[in-house]
Amino acid sequence: MTFVLYLINGVSLGSIYAIIALGYTMVYGIAKMLNFAHGDVIMVGAYVCFFAMSSFRLPPIIVVPLAAGVCAALGALIEAFAYRPLRQAGSLAVLITAIGVSYLLQNTALLLWKSNPRVFTSIVGTDVIKISGLPITYVTIITILTCVAIMAGLTIFTGKTKMGKAMRACAEDKNAASLMGINVNVTISLTFAIGSSLAAIAGALLCSAYPTLSPATGSMPGIKAFTAAVFGGIGSIPGAMLGGVLLGIIEIFAKAYISTQLSDAIVFAVLIIVLLVKPAGLLGKHAHEKV
Amino acid sequence: MKKLSRAAKTDIFTYLLATAGFLAAQCIQGAGLMSSSLKGQLVPICAYVVMAISLNLTVGILGELSLGHAGFMSIGSFSGVVAAVALEPVIPAPEIRLASAMVIGAVCAGGAGILIGVPVLRLRGDYLAIVTLAFGEIVLNLTNCLYVGTDSQGLHISMLTSAEALGLASDGRVIINGPVGASGITRLSSFTAGFILILITLFIVQNLVNSRTGRAILAVRDNRISAESVGISVTKHKMIAFVLSAVLAGAAGVLFALNMNTIVPTKFNFNTSILILVFVVLGGLGKIWGSIIAAAVLTVLPEALRGFSNYRMLAYAIVLILIMLLTNSPFIKSVLGRMRVPFNGRRNT
Amino acid sequence: MNGGQTQLTPVPNVNFLPERDVGFMPILECRSLGIDFGGLTAVNDFNLAIGRMEIAGLIGPNGAGKTTVFNLLTKVYKPTRGAILLNGVDTLDKTSVQVSKMGIARTFQNIRLFVNLSVEDNVKIGLHNQIKYSEISGILRLPSYWRQEKKARDHARELLSIFDMQNLAEMKAGSLPYGAQRRLEIVRALAANPSLLLLDEPAAGMNPSETAELMDNIVKIRDTFQIAIFLIEHDMQLVMGICEGVCVVNFGNIIAKGTPNEIRNNPEVIEAYLGKGFARDFESRKH
Repeated sequence: MTFVLYLINGVSLGSIYAIIALGYTMVYGIAKMLNFAHGDVIMVGAYVCFFAMSSFRLPPIIVVPLAAGVCAALGALIEAFAYRPLRQAGSLAVLITAIGVSYLLQNTALLLWKSNPRVFTSIVGTDVIKISGLPITYVTIITILTCVAIMAGLTIFTGKTKMGKAMRACAEDKNAASLMGINVNVTISLTFAIGSSLAAIAGALLCSAYPTLSPATGSMPGIKAFTAAVFGGIGSIPGAMLGGVLLGIIEIFAKAYISTQLSDAIVFAVLIIVLLVKPAGLLGKHAHEKV
Repeated sequence: MKKLSRAAKTDIFTYLLATAGFLAAQCIQGAGLMSSSLKGQLVPICAYVVMAISLNLTVGILGELSLGHAGFMSIGSFSGVVAAVALEPVIPAPEIRLASAMVIGAVCAGGAGILIGVPVLRLRGDYLAIVTLAFGEIVLNLTNCLYVGTDSQGLHISMLTSAEALGLASDGRVIINGPVGASGITRLSSFTAGFILILITLFIVQNLVNSRTGRAILAVRDNRISAESVGISVTKHKMIAFVLSAVLAGAAGVLFALNMNTIVPTKFNFNTSILILVFVVLGGLGKIWGSIIAAAVLTVLPEALRGFSNYRMLAYAIVLILIMLLTNSPFIKSVLGRMRVPFNGRRNT
Repeated sequence: MNGGQTQLTPVPNVNFLPERDVGFMPILECRSLGIDFGGLTAVNDFNLAIGRMEIAGLIGPNGAGKTTVFNLLTKVYKPTRGAILLNGVDTLDKTSVQVSKMGIARTFQNIRLFVNLSVEDNVKIGLHNQIKYSEISGILRLPSYWRQEKKARDHARELLSIFDMQNLAEMKAGSLPYGAQRRLEIVRALAANPSLLLLDEPAAGMNPSETAELMDNIVKIRDTFQIAIFLIEHDMQLVMGICEGVCVVNFGNIIAKGTPNEIRNNPEVIEAYLGKGFARDFESRKH
């Protein structure tokens, strides 16, 4: 019985990782960059939720879309000012810039909102319901459902819509895409906006489940979600989903059955082993170098 | 006299740069013009310089991104601290004890480098970056749960949840206390020791790069397939560079730790790995002298910005972004390209 | 059917070698070599022998699998079927590095120089396995380091002088003009001390006078170093001018082997290059 409970908690935590990992993987797919500032966008999203709820007493149904909108704008802004000028530069230059953006967001948050942690009120309350005898929080259920909905929405978006196809075209070959009349800049901006709005949603869910919020809140989930994206095969949307959920399950099980303190070491060790066996991640494709 | 090659000139310039920095710091200190906070930074600067040079070996010269370099520093630090305590009765002379601790720390870090390098260096590109990131996190997590103590019966090591589990005798002493780290460390490091470590590092790295092995490493970085086509083993040369980089980071860790009263595992987290990577990238990939300058300036900079108190890290972030944008903008590059840059040796790409 | 084809049996026939090399072990033998990529057969039933000092050509339309053959020979790809014998030794289970040490060196269709390094360093990297001193001697700069480095430098300059490039030694390889980059790649391959040199489109992008000079140099290299040369080339002047044996592939299969003259008049080759209609036309005009 407790096993099932751990499993559900694992899927729930994993769903949050998956939503964050989707942002990483979409951006990686199209811009071929590791956006280290993504974790801090989660934190910004969570703060927007926090103040909208505590200061303006807005209902969650408005708060979450608001945070998503703010972060979408933030994501597009970061892309336009920090990453776009470096599109022709080496990947390391972009990586360092992303780290700079990450510091910038964290330190701005530190100045604006101070380092003391805030207690986040859950967006869906703290009620617990019993499903066949298992106590499950609303947050858990909402998180899993949101994740499924986002996954379905993104699959339809990238597969069926014109913009989604443009995105996939840009991911494959930006020059060819622009020759076909696709506006590459708009497409990349949109990708950052979508990824960042997902980060905001993840931030709201994360802080509802683990209700402390500080400027460093986004860092560790960011790193873990990033490894989840790699775990599943970076660039692949179903891969990010699978990687995120598996990572969450492994983490919860490691905490429950092996050691609370060593859970991170176990999670990362599993990642290393997966990459050794499948160097492109679970669902990633291995690109052959043309000789 | 024979004309010196460009590479040799760059190497000599780098030795002179390090020596000039050392002498200048000694003079300022001797004249009593150095603030106490800067004085406290001298040994850490040396440690960061060695860290930056060693990471440059992996990132700039081998061309593989590593995001877990602090992990090697951590292994070096803690094994060095333990070694320094354990060797106290055997080697009373502090200089020799420091050197021995450095060797032990370097060997431990090198061992970890081999352990992680053997399976992982077959991976390419960003995947190596992720695995090194994971390695750094694993080291952090493990050192957080590590308890080491010593008593009349020798060393006790435990991965349990408290120092009591070590079962030390009454005369025992806890050296590493889990998340609290190591405290009451005897200061063995000195600025001179740091400078000597920098010189040794320069000697090893620069001579390696200008040898047959170094050329092979550069060949692997530039074009793996043609390196193999002329009979250069890619894995072997990646291993040499990666493990040597880990060894030097281990030694730097010992220097760093034996300068502190207390050292906690979280000191060597992801942010530290990133900080060192920033030194390497800003100093210029493959440019050893660039790493020295970047590490020294960027360690002093937050201290210098202390007047701005809360804004200093914000300023640091903005400076970092602006430098990256400016140095990579096509316009600035074309202007720089027209000027002749001195010491444009063959590794300075 | 002409004489060239009747000599060719599935097992490479050593009698097909140039007269000079008959009676010696062929430097290269491919036996029923083949590779599949997924369901696609890129090379199939490839049989060939190359003499100890032969200059052999490999031609065929684009996408015929020529470069794939080179990639199989240098173990960039692992063959699905068949065997490769270098100087009579099977190279099954050998890696790129090992076959390089066994005496095979190559150039690449899309030039693969170490563009950030100097011309001299590119050649010295080719000399890697000829320079003998340990990592430790290198770091400590023991006498063996200085001795061997001096030797390597002289040897590199000597090799560069084949193409009259010794004055470019200090330049960055990436900043050389295109033709010089192609020549440098040949020098680098030669530095690896091969007994079989593979050249992948050495004359690509060269003008006729450069090509003529290259042809002279290829023959000179063969005569000086006493090695075999196997080259892929689209320039028929070059192939017909210097190759002693020519092998034609199309869709991964050998469609003809023979002397340049035999190949020139082979209807299947003409068809592969120019299409069916033209081949018929060509045949009828001959009569």
